[in-house]
Amino acid sequence: MTIETSIAEQPPTTTTQRAAVAQLQRRPNARQLAIAVVCLGSTIAAPFLVSNFLIFQMTMVLVYTIAILGLNILTGINGQLSLGHGAFYAAGAYTAAILMDRWGIGYFWTLPAAALVCFVVGFLFGLPALRLEGVYLALATFALAVVTPQLFKLSPFENWTAGVTGITLAKPDAPFGLPLDQDQWLYLFTLAMTIAAYVCAHNLIARRGGRALMAIRDNPIAAQSMGVNTALYKSLAFGISALYTGVAGALGAIVLQFVAPDSFTFSLSIALLVGLVVGGVGWLPGALFGGAFVLFVPNLAESVSKGLSGAVYGLVLITLMYVMPSGVGGLLRATRAFASKRYD
Amino acid sequence: MELLIQQLVSGVATGGIYACMALSIVMIYQAIHHLNFAQGEMAMFSTFIAWQLLQWGLPYWIVIPLTVAISFSGGIAIERIVIGPLGEAAVLSHAVVFIGLYAVINSLASFIWDFTTRPFPSPFGAGSQFGNLISNQQIGMIAVTLLVLALLYAFFRYTRVGLAMRAAAENPTSARLAGIRVGLMAALGWGMAAAVGSIAGVLIAPIVFLEPNMMLSILLYGFAGAVLGGLSNPAGAVAGGFAVGVIENLAGTYVPVIGSELKLPIALLLIVIVLVFRPTGLFGRTIVQRV
Amino acid sequence: MQNRRFFLKRGIAGLLLSASLALSSPGHAAGKYDPGASDAEIKIGNTNPYSGPASAYSTIAKTFDAYFNKLNEEGGINGRKIKFISYDDGYSPPKSVEQVRKLVESDEVLLVFQPLGTANNIAIRKYMNGKKVPQLFVSSGAATFGDPKQFPWTMGWQPSYESEGIVYARWILEHLPNAKIGVLYQNDDFGKDVLKGLKIGLGDKTSTIVAALPYETSQPTVDSEVIKLKASGADAFINVATPKFAAQAIKKAYEIGWTPTQILSNVSDVVNDVLKPAGLEASTGILSTAYLKDSGDPQWADDPGMKDFYAFMDKYYPAGDKSSKSNAYAYTVAQTLVHVLKQCGDDLTRANVMKQAASMQQVTMPLFLSGMTMTTSETDYYPIKQLQMKKFDGTRWVHFGKVISSEDLQDTHKP
Repeated sequence: MTIETSIAEQPPTTTTQRAAVAQLQRRPNARQLAIAVVCLGSTIAAPFLVSNFLIFQMTMVLVYTIAILGLNILTGINGQLSLGHGAFYAAGAYTAAILMDRWGIGYFWTLPAAALVCFVVGFLFGLPALRLEGVYLALATFALAVVTPQLFKLSPFENWTAGVTGITLAKPDAPFGLPLDQDQWLYLFTLAMTIAAYVCAHNLIARRGGRALMAIRDNPIAAQSMGVNTALYKSLAFGISALYTGVAGALGAIVLQFVAPDSFTFSLSIALLVGLVVGGVGWLPGALFGGAFVLFVPNLAESVSKGLSGAVYGLVLITLMYVMPSGVGGLLRATRAFASKRYD
Repeated sequence: MELLIQQLVSGVATGGIYACMALSIVMIYQAIHHLNFAQGEMAMFSTFIAWQLLQWGLPYWIVIPLTVAISFSGGIAIERIVIGPLGEAAVLSHAVVFIGLYAVINSLASFIWDFTTRPFPSPFGAGSQFGNLISNQQIGMIAVTLLVLALLYAFFRYTRVGLAMRAAAENPTSARLAGIRVGLMAALGWGMAAAVGSIAGVLIAPIVFLEPNMMLSILLYGFAGAVLGGLSNPAGAVAGGFAVGVIENLAGTYVPVIGSELKLPIALLLIVIVLVFRPTGLFGRTIVQRV
Repeated sequence: MQNRRFFLKRGIAGLLLSASLALSSPGHAAGKYDPGASDAEIKIGNTNPYSGPASAYSTIAKTFDAYFNKLNEEGGINGRKIKFISYDDGYSPPKSVEQVRKLVESDEVLLVFQPLGTANNIAIRKYMNGKKVPQLFVSSGAATFGDPKQFPWTMGWQPSYESEGIVYARWILEHLPNAKIGVLYQNDDFGKDVLKGLKIGLGDKTSTIVAALPYETSQPTVDSEVIKLKASGADAFINVATPKFAAQAIKKAYEIGWTPTQILSNVSDVVNDVLKPAGLEASTGILSTAYLKDSGDPQWADDPGMKDFYAFMDKYYPAGDKSSKSNAYAYTVAQTLVHVLKQCGDDLTRANVMKQAASMQQVTMPLFLSGMTMTTSETDYYPIKQLQMKKFDGTRWVHFGKVISSEDLQDTHKP
């Protein structure tokens, strides 16, 4: 028996994930296609219908969605826990900011750079993490999250990072003379990135590599004996996951026009983890719900009570875990299972 | 040389804080096999209760047992009301509930007692020993930590309830078959963890002062100590706590250029390196996995 | 298709605009207004860390709220009530950006007042200046918030951390020319700026700093740093720490028998929060600077300004701590805002708010030490530039020496 803290061992998650895989491997039918088209259409039309402030909030939701997608690949698909994804988010953000600020590189080109940097950092971090499991991995990643702000304000690097005061960036205009203002353009740009990120993640999981990752999650020793290179795949999962989160960080920096060490404290890592669990571990579309949770629920808690906003937020979290312990994904599946039982 | 000795002693003294916290973390890990993120906040809340009782004019020797008793019942209440109903939910769902609990307790404490930094009276009096390097409070704290450790060791080793609690945490199914009330044991574990936490809080508060965010960082150090020493071994956790304090001071003093800015990261890096070679901590047991 | 949507949106905006004009036009005409101001009210926005690691500062915004309540009960400003909207940013710059955009775009405030935190204010500064909305009296002592050329819509309030460092350096050069200086500083903008000021003030004698040790707010104690400072042989200790750590450092220095000349940053010059926890005996003889009266210091008990402050706290913010420095600070900065808005008269446009804020002449406030005034101009966006040295005698602060203004420091001061 493995120690109880391995994520994959827990029955609800496993069923969640199996269902997700089954769903991935099915071809979409006409009704699902129609739903997808309507969703896509309304998300593209959204920036022309709502206020710029809401557009900005939706953009940030998408940014967190990408970050949580990355965490989902590591934790949901590969079964490795991370309490430190804020570090990769920060690395991506700083890569973008430094490239734009010091070398005047266009914002678009900072994304592949952030992706590359974070992939390498994540892959390297994944190597020692191979030896760690459960709570031990949790501590190592949590430590990473806690020290991140300290690393980015380290005095020898101040020439690049500008230390504690951070870097302010210019906001990009829409290209090719498109009749869009900056917020609308950033939203559509982020939306395109999110869709691309989602499609890539979807394809990754549906293929051989994705099945290897899940096999490692469900039973590492069995996977190894079937010929899966566990070490390589686990490190790759870390790398790819960090890549996603890093791109999200870069986008976040571009959208907010600012990076500073204080933007990336451990509470960011915790928020991403909460977003992952609320959306549904192992269920890719859950990332969107998670992103929305990360951005909107603290505001909601504040509007209920300013003095006790933390308590309201905490109660919401606890209640959610009662109502849907496997997140939105689990809830949807349970509803569907219930409905099909009734009508079939 | 003098500086080295001073830093070592001061490291042990600060390590005492971490050891205290590590002990209560291991306590709850023994009972439920989860890392409880809200552990530090529970200790902070207990310390505020102690402070409030002292403010009302009760003497120290009544306040301490009263606080421990209140914390014990509070811990059981949390398990019965919040954690128990979750049942066999996934680890991550538990983690999120702990995060929620953390937010609730922190917010409540700051709502009730505000953010003012408050001095907490030391039960061991002012003054210091060993060439003024270590205060009476710190010596007392270390002594009490070791005492609590000894009591816990005896409890888990020699009493029926202690053995039953270990069994319930290690293997709930078999324990249930053997007639152990697993749910009750978990509740008892939470109660004891909260009680140990309240002692830790009361010992730490005179040094770091009392305020709602006092445990924010100590929790990480406590985790680090507990994990370094081995989560399955209370004595190891305490030793781990002291080690973290000493390593941190030495890193801050002797690593050139970046040492003083990065003493925590350096200490954590060393711990991760240790974990890579000893994945279950210095004194933890290795668990054999079966397919 | 897109164009039509575009027009649709513009059309709705236009409708809303004319509706709001229609609503606000009746009654006494005369006023000139930007969004957020009308004949009836003035909307003021604010961000503050109600949650998270810096939540201790939330009492500042609570005092603002209480003060504006008092003001409204007394009839408001030139007949207009203040509507104070304050949001939680958890001390996180991304959240500050979001909340400030909400204030400006959704709540349509006239100005954003006292957003807290250096990084948080830098994060929103470009946006505020792009939108031409006043970012008034920011809650940070970073010297960067007084740059009217680049950022004409952003103004600081308190004396800069840097000038505080210069004042200490001057004092040491004058009184302890042979001192060996040890510095403990918080590893953030505050600590680094005071250290920078110290170095500027010391000029070519910077080498007298024998040790400068940073600490992180995540540390439980600063014991190790204090021991190292003692070992460095320093005989002047400059304590640039926030209250909890400042108290720990004073206490530890006393415990290990280290008795240097101690200078304490005025961020932590509070009798109740710092010196009492550290021990009054250990604190005797400490030097610091000030521009406000310490509301926890008994020597001001009969001061009329302080009596008003206590009466205000009793009536409008009874849960708040009267001796807290944050509350006295908030009370005074709120009064400064009210002064500016009164000066605006019936011209409550954003441009006029900045104009009035930038034309304060020798304005003084009830809780200022005597001789302290605020003066600003189109090229001078630092309202408070004065400090006075003080020494703790075991029960209270004794102010001494003349009021030092930044003009006195000018020769080496490079903003």
